[in-house]
Amino acid sequence: MIATALAAVSRLIAGPTVEWLCDPSSEAQRIYFGNHSSHLDFIVIWSALPPRLRRRTRPVAGRDYWDRGTVRRYVSSRVFRAVLIERGQAAGHNGLVAARESIQRMSDEMGDRDSLIVFPEGTRSPTGEVATFKSGLFHLSRLRPDAELIPVHLENLNRVLPKGEALPVPMLSRVVFGPRLEMPAGEDKQAFLTRARAALVELKAV
Amino acid sequence: MVLFEDRPLLLLVSGVVTLLVVASIVGSILSRRVTSGSARATVDNINARIRAWWVMALLFMVAATTGRATSILLFTLVSFLALREFVTLAPTAPGDHRALVWSFFVVTPLQYYLVWLEWYGMFSILIPVYVSIFLAVRTALAGDTQRFLERTAVNQWGLMICVYFVSYVPALLMLRIPGFERQNVKLMFFLVMVVQLSDVLQYVWGKSIGRHRLAPSVSPNKTWEGLIGGVLTATLVGAALWWATPFSPGVAALMALVVTTMGVAGGLIMSGIKRGRGVKDYGALISGHGGVLDRVDSLCFAAPVFFHLTRYFYVN
Repeated sequence: MIATALAAVSRLIAGPTVEWLCDPSSEAQRIYFGNHSSHLDFIVIWSALPPRLRRRTRPVAGRDYWDRGTVRRYVSSRVFRAVLIERGQAAGHNGLVAARESIQRMSDEMGDRDSLIVFPEGTRSPTGEVATFKSGLFHLSRLRPDAELIPVHLENLNRVLPKGEALPVPMLSRVVFGPRLEMPAGEDKQAFLTRARAALVELKAV
Repeated sequence: MVLFEDRPLLLLVSGVVTLLVVASIVGSILSRRVTSGSARATVDNINARIRAWWVMALLFMVAATTGRATSILLFTLVSFLALREFVTLAPTAPGDHRALVWSFFVVTPLQYYLVWLEWYGMFSILIPVYVSIFLAVRTALAGDTQRFLERTAVNQWGLMICVYFVSYVPALLMLRIPGFERQNVKLMFFLVMVVQLSDVLQYVWGKSIGRHRLAPSVSPNKTWEGLIGGVLTATLVGAALWWATPFSPGVAALMALVVTTMGVAGGLIMSGIKRGRGVKDYGALISGHGGVLDRVDSLCFAAPVFFHLTRYFYVN
């Protein structure tokens, strides 16, 4: 209920046009990966999904932000069943271990039913330019080769609600769900991340 | 409801409904006749437009005949949607964010609140004077000086076209014309009907006998034949509607000629802005027409001129 209301408000504010280059109603488990420039990104992607699929599509979000305060905690855990992960770990061996754990958690939380929405840049881009991807998406895709990788390009949301602003400007935006990203066996991390980012950026021209 | 006390108004409403029924019948006949591919697309587009006309005309007529509050609300919504399309297209920078929040959530409602108050003195200068100064200062305070003049100009012009000019349509309700008290809703009907019919008639004339392009780089579908045919027939329609206005038939014709000419100018100006940004339509909200701004572009520029002409000559 709350989720549907939030989705309606976000549609009113961001006025998204939605385009699908893959099957919107597919029952397959999916990992949607989008470019990140605004707090509205997740909810706009989520509300663009067919209602039936929304309940089993969960965002991955930073614990440092979304586990603070009653409202945020309620929204992230109860309304959207977010998978909360640690961000900005220490460098070196400890950081690596923590990152591995986070990826494992994402994969576990997906189970055999849920899909995820992730933002592989790791943080919001202030300009709308797509930054280089962190390696999480690569490891997740190796852990879950059964899930479909779907790039999602979001346009104009950085102008609707940029980083650091509390009030949105109700502009029109566009969401493009791209075709499934293939995963050839044996591709190395860097090549995969570059290709995944390119597949996302490509959708801008659609 | 004024509708049933005011015979001419009832006539206007029935006229619009009749027109739409006829259009729908013609549309379905065309749709059955046509076989070739390209003509098919044109006919489908015409039918989509006719369906959208039903929705728009009914919305307008219900809002206008229900009362002042609903008329003002309808045009507040139109302004809001139009401004949103305009700003989406405009090259704004992050430094404009706060100024834009003000434009949408404070300036737009305030302008229509002034229409509601019938405070003509403030209504007519709020955006051109106070808001233009305030928003420029707000943008300056944001500190980003890159393309400063361009950005403040864009913001200001967006408000002028989408909010200030559009608000002149319901503002017609505040004019006190001797002998025409409490009947101003018909002035609104006159303006909206003549301008929108002129758009349709230009399209019809252009499609049937259009040869010579008017401004190919700005608006490729506009032709001289369409323009002259549309403006002249819309002027005749305006003259024929004189009984619904405080004007004599001759003055009604002149008024119609002026507002349709303004409408053509508005269409060209807004096309120019679109082409300059490399798009064909402002949005996709109204199927077959494009965005809200694509539909009201001619109205924007006709409304203030119609208002001031009527005010100058008919309000003492």
